[in-house]
Amino acid sequence: MKSKRFEALAARPVNQDGFVTEWPEVGFIAMESPNDPAPSIKVKDGVVVELDGKLRSQFDMLDTFIADYGIRLENAEQVCAMDSLQLARMLVDINVARSEVVKLTTAMTPAKITEVVGRMTVLEMMMAVTKMRARKSPANQAHVTNVKDNPVQLAADAAEAALRGFAEVETTVGVARIAPFNALSILVGSQVGRPGVLTQCAVEEATELQLGMRGLTAYAETVSVYGTEAVFMDGDDTPWSKAFLASCYASRGLKMRFTSGTGSEVQMGYAEGKSMLYLEARCQYVTKAAGSQGTQNGSVSCVGVPAAVPGGIRAILAENLIAMMLDLECASSNDQTFTHSDLRRVARSLMQFVPGTDFICSGYGAVPNYDNLFAGSNWDADDFDDWNIIQRDLKIDGGLIPIQEDAAVAVRNKAARALQAVFRELGLTDITDAEVEAATYAHGSQDMPPRNMVEDLKAAGEMLKREITGADVAKALSRAGFEDVATSIVTLLKQRTAGDYLQTSAIFDSDFHVISAVNEPNDYAGPQTGYQISDERWALLKNIRQAVSPESI
Amino acid sequence: MPIDEKTIQSIIAEVMREFGAAPGGSATPAAGASIPPGELSFTEVGTASRGTRPEEVVIGLSPAFGTKQQATIIGIPLNQVIREVCAGLEEEGLTYRFVRSYATADVGFIAHEAARLSGSGIGIGIQSRGTTVIHQRDLPPLSNLELFSQSPLIDLETFRAIGKNAGKYAKGEQPSPVPVRNDQMARPKFQAIAALWHIKETQLCDPDKKTVELRLDQR
Repeated sequence: MKSKRFEALAARPVNQDGFVTEWPEVGFIAMESPNDPAPSIKVKDGVVVELDGKLRSQFDMLDTFIADYGIRLENAEQVCAMDSLQLARMLVDINVARSEVVKLTTAMTPAKITEVVGRMTVLEMMMAVTKMRARKSPANQAHVTNVKDNPVQLAADAAEAALRGFAEVETTVGVARIAPFNALSILVGSQVGRPGVLTQCAVEEATELQLGMRGLTAYAETVSVYGTEAVFMDGDDTPWSKAFLASCYASRGLKMRFTSGTGSEVQMGYAEGKSMLYLEARCQYVTKAAGSQGTQNGSVSCVGVPAAVPGGIRAILAENLIAMMLDLECASSNDQTFTHSDLRRVARSLMQFVPGTDFICSGYGAVPNYDNLFAGSNWDADDFDDWNIIQRDLKIDGGLIPIQEDAAVAVRNKAARALQAVFRELGLTDITDAEVEAATYAHGSQDMPPRNMVEDLKAAGEMLKREITGADVAKALSRAGFEDVATSIVTLLKQRTAGDYLQTSAIFDSDFHVISAVNEPNDYAGPQTGYQISDERWALLKNIRQAVSPESI
Repeated sequence: MPIDEKTIQSIIAEVMREFGAAPGGSATPAAGASIPPGELSFTEVGTASRGTRPEEVVIGLSPAFGTKQQATIIGIPLNQVIREVCAGLEEEGLTYRFVRSYATADVGFIAHEAARLSGSGIGIGIQSRGTTVIHQRDLPPLSNLELFSQSPLIDLETFRAIGKNAGKYAKGEQPSPVPVRNDQMARPKFQAIAALWHIKETQLCDPDKKTVELRLDQR
């Protein structure tokens, strides 16, 4: 006989997920591997001679990089000697200011910071995130992609995402060579939806840099770092090469952040038996040491790995917190699909959604999941109303606002027409009126007419050869009568010469005013401090189209 | 270059394969005719060399491919994978040879190494779990012509189309890319298992070992 109860449970979505038991010898463990080192640091004549149980002569390249550039050394030995439990308590204590805690946390070693967060429950970590997040106001980031790399749809979806409140929009490609088109499409679309939205195109690093230098993107994020030497070498990289890449972006006035996450080393097969969290802590120190203003972390595309082992979702929150403790901008993942279960995906996201982070999702799929080329997001276009209603239920600001259908249709149409004009003016491929119409009302690429991909690829390649820049795009928009969109793109380009948006956690408002950890630092110190939802903001957040007004009955 | 018995054997095998494989430029679907049924059996025949013939595509395999693993992550037998990829190449009138990377199990680098060794400059890299990349010699290693990153979604039809497109690139054509399949639920179901799989694959890596030429044995 078979239990009907167990039969019913077996059919539940959660049981479609992959779970594995821990295997500490190869690092298949979320936190506290028996092979994680004990914290230690010795500084002699301003040089770290011992770090986390290793003498300088035993350092690998990550140890050297972290020891030389990643740790505030003035009181590193004293902080290492402090009780980790006491440090954990300071993180949640509203009477200890963030500015004080940061002096201690940035002086910790990777093993120490891992030990400290290991003393905390998820609830305590959420309290600490509320306090330690760099920027006072939370924000959100969108994914805008589609499986056909359809540029018209990309523009329309980017416009709608911008209108919905996303501060950043990220795209990637189905086919690598189409990258210039995708970058161009979301650039134009996003500025139609809301001036000041930042855009990026996640592709191979050299191409990504080139797109940025030409003004077709406004920031970069997919500069990946790893927690072991072997995985770094597998990617043909070193911490120094990543630092060099970071400085390339800085030299052009482009915002950038690194990317890393728990599970990547074990997924690549070289975790040296260390816990996922300890290796991610090393990544955060490499990020800090390289001078990056921020990170995208929270397992990101490796989420299926920590999510499969005990305590994995806790480790993901812990790694976000470590980034904030190092005073970095934190785009806290909540992006890629990790479960079949609606219950699990909400539980996982509440860890960052409730306290708020610099970017709660990085990103939220602003397209249906079938179109998401980041292999699906934990939240997609079908969940917009759920997200908005959770914000309204809990009175929390998750970075989105409810919008009306006619407003969405209007910006989608304008974005599609603007891109049509840019393509025409720049002599790229044709965008038909039928495509503009389809993109205006489309839910996803299944609603779009087919395009000639071979022609698009050819034109995208020529776009690079002809060295078309953001300025050319602005001129094309201006010639075609889209003066406002042209102005936004020029303003975006001008920001690079000012460089204010290179500060930690920087985003723009609709007037291109920078909001960052410098001019709007998080000053949370208990109830009624830090970020408070203003009356105007609350009016926007609670105004859902589904609510029945008493007057209507 | 000293010519030993192994080299002669590989040359003979190469010539034999060419005779069997050449479809005379016709578009007749070759149902993977040159690849024998049954489990794959490769013999290593020395360090892989750079080819000079423009009509060849090199297929780079990961350390566990056909050795410790005989099927992809969704259970497609690897001999059928090879049959379909090769049939796709044969349909385009291309020849192929196999190499195995030991320095890395990263499919991007395996594919780039294959492209580097390929006479046409086009290579295909395949991991034992099924992840596949079409690469071109002069592209950066982490870029590619086409990437099929979600191993649970690659079926035999796709493998054949991959072979066919690689063949077209080798002939200097610009084919329409093989449609990218997307299933956001592949990750929750397979990612952790894929990680376990990859750990076992990297345990077979040897950073000091050069890429080797493989002979596919007829059974």
